[in-house]
Amino acid sequence: MTEPRQVYLDNNATCRVSPAVVEAMLPFFGELYGNPSSMHSFGGRVAEHVTRAREQVAALLNASPEEIVFTSCGTESDNHAIRGTLEANPEKKHIVTTKVEHPAVLNVFRFLAKRKGYHVTELGVNKQGDLNLDELRAELTPDTALLSVMAANNETGTLFPIDEIGAIAREKGVVFHTDAVQAAGKIPLDLKKLPVDLLSISGHKLHTPKGIGALYIRKGTRISPFMIGGHQEHGRRAGTENVPYIIGFGKACEEAMNGIFEENNQVRKLRDKLESGLMSQIKHTYINGNPRWRLPNTTNIGFEFIEGEAILLHLSAAGIAASSGSACTSGSLEPSHVLMAMEVPFTYAHGSVRFSLSRYTTEEEIDYTLAAVPPIIQRLRDMSPFYDPNK
Amino acid sequence: MWDYTKSVMDHFSNPRNVGKIENADGVGEVGSLACGDALKLYLKINKETGKIEDARFQTFGCASAIASASALTELIKGMPLEEAEKITNDDIARFLGGLPEQKMHCSVMGREALEAALANYRGVKVEEHADAQVICKCFWVDEHKLREVITENKLKTVEEVTHYTKAGGGCGGCVPDIKRILADINGPEAKPEPEEKPRMTNLQRIKLITETIAVKIAPMLRQDGGDIELVDIDGYDVYVKLRGACAGCPGAKATLQNIVRETLRREVDSEINIIEATK
Repeated sequence: MTEPRQVYLDNNATCRVSPAVVEAMLPFFGELYGNPSSMHSFGGRVAEHVTRAREQVAALLNASPEEIVFTSCGTESDNHAIRGTLEANPEKKHIVTTKVEHPAVLNVFRFLAKRKGYHVTELGVNKQGDLNLDELRAELTPDTALLSVMAANNETGTLFPIDEIGAIAREKGVVFHTDAVQAAGKIPLDLKKLPVDLLSISGHKLHTPKGIGALYIRKGTRISPFMIGGHQEHGRRAGTENVPYIIGFGKACEEAMNGIFEENNQVRKLRDKLESGLMSQIKHTYINGNPRWRLPNTTNIGFEFIEGEAILLHLSAAGIAASSGSACTSGSLEPSHVLMAMEVPFTYAHGSVRFSLSRYTTEEEIDYTLAAVPPIIQRLRDMSPFYDPNK
Repeated sequence: MWDYTKSVMDHFSNPRNVGKIENADGVGEVGSLACGDALKLYLKINKETGKIEDARFQTFGCASAIASASALTELIKGMPLEEAEKITNDDIARFLGGLPEQKMHCSVMGREALEAALANYRGVKVEEHADAQVICKCFWVDEHKLREVITENKLKTVEEVTHYTKAGGGCGGCVPDIKRILADINGPEAKPEPEEKPRMTNLQRIKLITETIAVKIAPMLRQDGGDIELVDIDGYDVYVKLRGACAGCPGAKATLQNIVRETLRREVDSEINIIEATK
């Protein structure tokens, strides 16, 4: 009865490794094993490839290669940006972020408040997940060391206007960091134009294997190194380079850049088809986030009167992988902090499901999903005490 | 992913006894949309034999909530009332081959619904524990229920209490109260009684209130993204502005006020009042 097929719609969590990326990495598990820091040809040849990869990453962001520091993941990039900035600016004790950041930022801020005595401002969002920029401006004071606002929300896909936010930060003399882990490769990011000082990206959201990230550090930004040791990464991140992954990351960024318009348009079309298909087939259904200003690959849909974990497990039985901000999936007792900050009503906060696509998603998979989801929702609603079929 | 037993997955995928019973003899309803799970249990009771002839349910919740409800109805169908009264949450969990620790509250919900349905059948309300103080204001759990679940399941830590009742899993403001109840039930580790504080002058009191807010309360609230601003002090009335923390809790504001009030009463004076400054 259950078809033996797999539809992967959880690409904001992680995504399929690109075959071209694997191919680019393979020689570095073989004959190209030199240490790029070494003063001989084994190292020298590898160093050339690392240089090329750094250029590829920089090109995706329209940055200079020397502004790119390779890290182990997006979380390390965020930690480096935040803690490195504060260490370099010890006289300031106020830091500002939003309530809807990824835990890699939010929990660092909360740690700093609890353990390091920082005064933290967490900016709220409205029901669509948008920030109030006047409020943001008012929070930045001469004592503010850092503003960290994500480029795109991982749960809803809602985009923050980092160009305007960066301009405000600059006007107020505050260092601006943005977590662009979800945005990179899905929307164009031009750091020659964007007033951003620090920007985090992650490889595995761009089709590399897990274990590589990068931090963009604008020339002239005061920041302390995160790892101390050798002189790698110009002394900003000591530790022998993770060469195969750096090479793979370079390739992935090149692929992302080549596909940034065409592929994302294709992804957007499929996302819109999925979303409008579900919305029209299933009553009592709502889009979480700002539908007009959003990543092309993400939709977060709230199904009223039912609970997310139950939806996910039924989807999984049908071969469909998605994710939910429901409390029950995380082991916590409250729904996602993002949906709560948006004051999503409880009638569908617990029943919200995120579908996130990638360049590998096919129209056939979307059609399959459109056929599979409605009966699952109906089945769960039929057993819900809050569902009235006559309404 | 959760490590669910085959039986949990079976009862989740193919729940038994879903639906309503028209003209049920007993109906029990627990939980809410805000809490994230709810269960409505319908019983058909044969008055001659004193047995539960049929049991059906409707539920809003995760896989283990659905499985627990299904298991409960299977357990009690055909059961004499006096036996059904003795069903514990552990019976439900064991019927399913066990539940993950964090999901034990689903089995507790099953038992509560049964209790409510049986009380409804007898035409009484579930024993009102009017004197029982609500301890967890996020999930609305009172002291009576806490004591019952702690004793029955021999719970030892706050974490366990949260897994079984959800209490303490929201804003965390009631954790000290849960600790107190645990200590009370599980014996020693008795907390020292707060010592009698000497009467203060107005000046001393104002100074101590200001200090307590700055040193103890504000950092605690900021930790969760909230904040407090002291606006004025008039005798024992403390005017403050509170800023949201813990947006998920129904009654978060009240919880926040409670934390501030209780801390100031403990540290400064038991007659302190907290008033939200409007301007």
